[in-house]
Amino acid sequence: MLQLKPEKKQLINSKGVRLDGRKWDELRPIKLEVGVLKNADGSAYIEWGKNKIMAAVYGPKEVHPKHQVLPDRALIRSRYHMAPFSVDERKNPAPSRREIEISKVIREALEPAIIVEDYPRTAIEVWVEVLQSDGGSRVAGITAASLALADAGINMRDMVVGCSCGIIEDTVVADLDDTEDKEGSGDMPVAIMPNLNQVTLLQVDGIYTRENFQKAFELAIEKDKQVYAMQREALTKKYFGNGVVTSGEEE
Amino acid sequence: MPKKNYVVETIRKAEMALVLAKGKRLDGRALDEHRPLKIQTGVIQKANGSALVTLGNTEVIAGVKIATGTPFPDTPDKGLLVVNAEILPLASAYAEAGPPSEDAIELARVVDRGVRESEMVDMTKLCLIPGKTVYTVFVDVNIMNVDGNLFDATSYAVVSALRTAKMKKFKVKDEKVEETDEVVPVPVERIPVSVTMARIGDTLVVDPDSEEEGAMDMRITITTDDDENICASQKGEASVISPAQVLQAADTSIKVGKEIRKLIKDAAG
Repeated sequence: MLQLKPEKKQLINSKGVRLDGRKWDELRPIKLEVGVLKNADGSAYIEWGKNKIMAAVYGPKEVHPKHQVLPDRALIRSRYHMAPFSVDERKNPAPSRREIEISKVIREALEPAIIVEDYPRTAIEVWVEVLQSDGGSRVAGITAASLALADAGINMRDMVVGCSCGIIEDTVVADLDDTEDKEGSGDMPVAIMPNLNQVTLLQVDGIYTRENFQKAFELAIEKDKQVYAMQREALTKKYFGNGVVTSGEEE
Repeated sequence: MPKKNYVVETIRKAEMALVLAKGKRLDGRALDEHRPLKIQTGVIQKANGSALVTLGNTEVIAGVKIATGTPFPDTPDKGLLVVNAEILPLASAYAEAGPPSEDAIELARVVDRGVRESEMVDMTKLCLIPGKTVYTVFVDVNIMNVDGNLFDATSYAVVSALRTAKMKKFKVKDEKVEETDEVVPVPVERIPVSVTMARIGDTLVVDPDSEEEGAMDMRITITTDDDENICASQKGEASVISPAQVLQAADTSIKVGKEIRKLIKDAAG
């Protein structure tokens, strides 16, 4: 019925190879760098596939306006924002409904990891700026923001790390890129605290059988842990010098 | 949105935890029992479709307005469907007039996701001239009274309003769109059902009321379709959920979703 279908690119072939040559459970290349901005108390830059995202943390600082002060803990603020040039057609710089929702879920994904009780009556601000977007930008943003929080020396229970899984051509795959996100049939971003084994962000869209739901969810957690190893490496690189700590380092 | 009264909240939370430990709730419901759901359709004559939903004391009204317009550039052959929600200042002592709050935006987008991803409405049937003119379906929801679980109440109202919506048929003549006198139903194919759970302590409860929402740490909404597929989900609040509990919530939403789908089907239309 849908006339466009025959022209549609096949996102994954019979050998299980995706358009960009990846296997079903393979991540795109990820590059992480900690402490990249001079003014921010903490910052991190991430390149994940074609995603280029900068995250910065300011705080703990005084709360303005005053009526927002929380007497027993820190107020966490976050903004996820896409640069007008980050997508194919220029994006209006005013925050869209999508960005407002993502700002909220990012805040709710990071806050469980922050020991907010340690900083009563203060604000901790997390700014995520997407310079180029390529599918999975919210989980890449969370991964960078968590590094920025650690870089700012904020007391945390664990890191937060995200990865998205989904469905293309009825197959569960890891880490959807832009094309797969738009033309595939489901996207499931999941963020976790890897050492506590708790989920802090879960969003689902698409059509999943109960079996596929579990498969994608568990794959996302597995991939989160893989990204977490890179997060650790980026932090140790910044704070313990180049190559001093390798992946064989004890917990 | 509910402004929290820390003293009352802490006391009630302790009491709630005691009752929940016995597998019961303060209002006597079972853990997976929703409050009485009443759906009334066709309540606004000037709308193409409408529904007034009460879920316990939560009350919402949804109205559908259908016109023609230009499609999104990335879906030139599909109609447009937009869900919008507003928490009215008359709905609660803590709601404020003004542009939609962050909570209202999340609410509308989560409900929208359930309707869209379940392919409830066949959007390809809402295309008139590809890339130029399509039907535009706006579903606006007014929250009239807040007593918890706005997500599900809003979703049931949107789904019921769409199921009963009728629209003027347009025809294409010489590359131009003309309105006809014929009235047709919106091409509804499936019924997505949203089920929201709150975690209080370690227990998941279905359809939390305001008081339970005041005591909850985490909220999760899972939408399922007629074939027991999961088509949308959103975890909310600044807290965590264990992987095992996510799967438990998925099973609960499939089970409770079945009961509620019957109620939605039984409502007129």
